[in-house]
Amino acid sequence: MSRWAIARLIASKDLRVERRSRVVANQVIPFAGVTMVIFAFALDAQSARTDEGFVPLLELVAPGLVWLAALFSLLLLVQRSFAIESDDGALDALRVAGVDPVAIFWGKSIALAVQLAVLDVILLGAAILLYGADVRAEGIVLLVATFIVATCGLACVGTLYGSLTAGFSGRETLLPLLVLPVVAPVLIGATRAVESALGTGGVALSEGWPWLGLLTVFAIAFAVGGALAFGPLIDEAT
Amino acid sequence: MTTTAPTTPRTAVRTRGTGTAATRIIGIATIVMMGWLVAFGLGFSPADRDQEEAVRIMYVHVPTVWVAYLGLGVMALCSAIYLFSKQHSLGFDRFAGASAEIATVFMALTLVTGMLWGKITWGVYWAWDARLTSFALLFISAIGYLAVRGLGGTHQQRARRSAIVGLLIVLEIPLVHWSVRLWNSLHQEATVLDTDGDANIDGLMLFSLFVGVIAFTLLYVWLLLHRSRAMAMADLLDDVGLDRALAERRAEGTSR
Repeated sequence: MSRWAIARLIASKDLRVERRSRVVANQVIPFAGVTMVIFAFALDAQSARTDEGFVPLLELVAPGLVWLAALFSLLLLVQRSFAIESDDGALDALRVAGVDPVAIFWGKSIALAVQLAVLDVILLGAAILLYGADVRAEGIVLLVATFIVATCGLACVGTLYGSLTAGFSGRETLLPLLVLPVVAPVLIGATRAVESALGTGGVALSEGWPWLGLLTVFAIAFAVGGALAFGPLIDEAT
Repeated sequence: MTTTAPTTPRTAVRTRGTGTAATRIIGIATIVMMGWLVAFGLGFSPADRDQEEAVRIMYVHVPTVWVAYLGLGVMALCSAIYLFSKQHSLGFDRFAGASAEIATVFMALTLVTGMLWGKITWGVYWAWDARLTSFALLFISAIGYLAVRGLGGTHQQRARRSAIVGLLIVLEIPLVHWSVRLWNSLHQEATVLDTDGDANIDGLMLFSLFVGVIAFTLLYVWLLLHRSRAMAMADLLDDVGLDRALAERRAEGTSR
């Protein structure tokens, strides 16, 4: 069985578990929603002066808040993703069965990316509805590309560090400490790219493409690095 | 109810420190160099034209940055050696851990001295400068590395896990720095002056900095040797403690 086929099997297994348990749908997505609402409480309905005149503050910071909420939700998704593995020692069983760790890494990353992508779309919708962010037609390509690439990068980092904290009580608190400094480039890059895709505060569309480059480098680095490091990390047998 | 008193094996009590002749020499050299640093940094070197007396913080700040990066470099190197050598020697793991601990402390010192200097010179404790921001993120990552070391498991598990995390942290430095610099270039409101760039540094000031770097490097080596030996002892204690506990439980089982 090829590596890719195993990865697809593992990804579909994770998604099937989610479809039947609906933990993400019933807990993580509402959490993301409430985050978007309380951001508004913290920032109030003030306006900020930009080159284009007064713009509501929330509209100005909407891209950043979308990704901030995505990061917080990512932490929950990662914990969930590895909770379903460690509950019955499933991860150990996979290893004992001789399943290729690279395939496990890809499979779990794909499943995480799919869930995160759904969440991203909901968060962007919330930003449009609640914060008054506007999507402009010429920025659609950049917007979609940014969401795809940033989501893949986040899923790889999440899976990699999630494996460290899997299966042991008391390790969950370690996850944010490890993940958040690492994903800082994604927060910066994705926020700027989405800003220029939406034209927030008069940012030009062309300014977004270098950020997409940064996100791509990040995603590739952690897709490769994660695949290499995942096996030794989950191998607790020695 | 006559039981014989448990005979505790009288093991030879040997006090073993972590010092050797070499570390004593390094320790004395560190003290001497620190004395020199105080004399040059606070006494002989002149006050700066622009920064005035605040420049003296630099004689501590620059060496702490140096030791922080040196410590991380040694951590990465030892992690790589541990991971890619066939022996998987725990000695390298302990060097990596000790080095990271020292680096973390010196990163904290760097941030503190830098903020004090910034408050005097720039008027603010913190500027969202690329170097400052990526350094702060690196500091948090180093704390994360130390937390990973404390996760438990066998010594080899700890070593492999922390070696991987340590290498990942070092590999992510360029990415973080690149992104923060790009980010910062758009937000260039507070222009940060670069002190060690084109400015002509007075000879005596340069010498004082040099003394500082030597003094702090010696301190680093001294701390590294002591800390890694202390870690080796802690590991030994774990192993011996486990063996002894097993032996005691067995003895209990057979005496009944």
